[in-house]
Amino acid sequence: MQKKQNQKAWFLVLPVFLLVAFSAVIPLMTVVNYSVQDSFGNNEFYWVGTEWFIEILNSERFHGALGRQLLFSAIILAIEIPLGIWIALKMPKKGWGASLCLVLMALPLLIPWNVVGTIWQIFAREDIGLLGHTLAAMGIDYNYTQVALDAWITVVVMDVWHWTSLVVLLCYAGLSSIPDAFYQAAKIDGASRWAVFRYIQFPKMKRVLLIAVLLRFMDSFMIYTEPFVVTGGGPGNATTFLSIDLVKMAIGQFDLGPAAAFSLVYFLIVLLLSWVFYTVMTARDGDAS
Amino acid sequence: MKNIRITPTLYIIFLMLPIYWLLTMALKTNTEILGGFSLWPADPTLANFRTILTDPSWYNGYINSTIYVALNTVISLLVALPAAYAFSRYRFMGDKHLFFWLLSNRMAPPAVFVLPFFQLYSSIGLFDTHLAVALAHTLFNVPLAVWILEGFMSGVPKEIDETAQIDGYSFGTFFARIFTPMIASGIGVAAFFCFMFSWVELLIARTLTSVDAKPIAAVMTRTVSASGLDWGVLAAAGVLTIIPGAIVIWFVRNHIAKGFALGRV
Repeated sequence: MQKKQNQKAWFLVLPVFLLVAFSAVIPLMTVVNYSVQDSFGNNEFYWVGTEWFIEILNSERFHGALGRQLLFSAIILAIEIPLGIWIALKMPKKGWGASLCLVLMALPLLIPWNVVGTIWQIFAREDIGLLGHTLAAMGIDYNYTQVALDAWITVVVMDVWHWTSLVVLLCYAGLSSIPDAFYQAAKIDGASRWAVFRYIQFPKMKRVLLIAVLLRFMDSFMIYTEPFVVTGGGPGNATTFLSIDLVKMAIGQFDLGPAAAFSLVYFLIVLLLSWVFYTVMTARDGDAS
Repeated sequence: MKNIRITPTLYIIFLMLPIYWLLTMALKTNTEILGGFSLWPADPTLANFRTILTDPSWYNGYINSTIYVALNTVISLLVALPAAYAFSRYRFMGDKHLFFWLLSNRMAPPAVFVLPFFQLYSSIGLFDTHLAVALAHTLFNVPLAVWILEGFMSGVPKEIDETAQIDGYSFGTFFARIFTPMIASGIGVAAFFCFMFSWVELLIARTLTSVDAKPIAAVMTRTVSASGLDWGVLAAAGVLTIIPGAIVIWFVRNHIAKGFALGRV
């Protein structure tokens, strides 16, 4: 669609601009401010330059949290994206079955995040939880509060439970925009199941898959509440992801300078990685068409 | 084609099991929960729900959450509607940069904003009000609402705007009487998303409130950290937080797929 040049459109955008400036720019400037200053209390601050950034970038603690975070997001994407596509392909296309599937699958997405944590905390407990009790009855040693690997499995399975539906719904939306005629043509040509997926279904899903990958990456990279409720970042530091570590530093220890530097580095990493995903996926899109 | 599809069925069972478990616990007494293991409540009781619905410190949590979620949805939609229209219809100085700057706020980890938000809203005297949480949540809801609405609006042919102008409608009347009804489903979907992300968020909501506007999610965490854990009441509270979401999904079920694709299919 050809858009008209019209500078007056700024008036329509102004409310959003002011609101976001208030709720994003002012706080962000506060963070920038803290990141280059130190304080001895009494509201006296002095300039320290890049000291906090150097400290954060060289600290073992930050490296550990970043490593765990990257591993977590990689596992999440590797499981949820293929699983979501597969389930979307198998879903009924229309009728009450489709509506029922959509409603039931969307349900976990609307549960408050701390309740998701609570649900899994209860579900995985050995004494009162269905999962924990069943595993114990089968003779499997499983304890998510003591063993790091078990904690990781619990957190990953919880996230798969919580968010795979988002990928399913996005892919389903892409698939339902394919006209029946395409499938009939493929049938007449005798196309294999794989060929139908590769040349008809996958291209239609590409745009929504981009959204799915971006959203899943961003949200898994910012995860806080669910693992915090279930494991509290433990055992030890095993499930202390970036947000958990940051909140610990900012609210728990009130280390304003390092926490602010941490925040900015964290934000830049999310922006950078999202940009990389976006560029790589849209570039491949350009080659194909 | 078989009638019962195995993959979606298994997936839904996987999704429902933990929710079922929460529900059974909500219907058990605390003694029964801790006393032994059973797949369903031997003697279903509504006592846990009664505790929540009669204790102000519990049910006020639900009221507070509902108020700030509603406020947030209204604010987000009111500012996002004109902006989305501008982005979908006009080119203007810095439009692309502005659009991406808005979206970049969706990528900001809430943990980054916790402390500055606390200081900002304390300094302007909004700490512990519903408005503070509603405004803070616009950080991620406004970009999303603009994005979704822009997608839906771009699907409406531009000729409609021009015809209305020729027919003598003022911009205001056109927008309210003709354009808004045409993108009603888009507005519904955007409202759904604002509701969803504001309802599920805990970190910011908890930081910006202490007593008067304390959300239900924060009330629940307080109970978790208390020494005598009342699992039954906790489970009942969890069940009650799921219900509003379930109702909202039921209303938007026909638009949900398109909505999750942000109007871009």
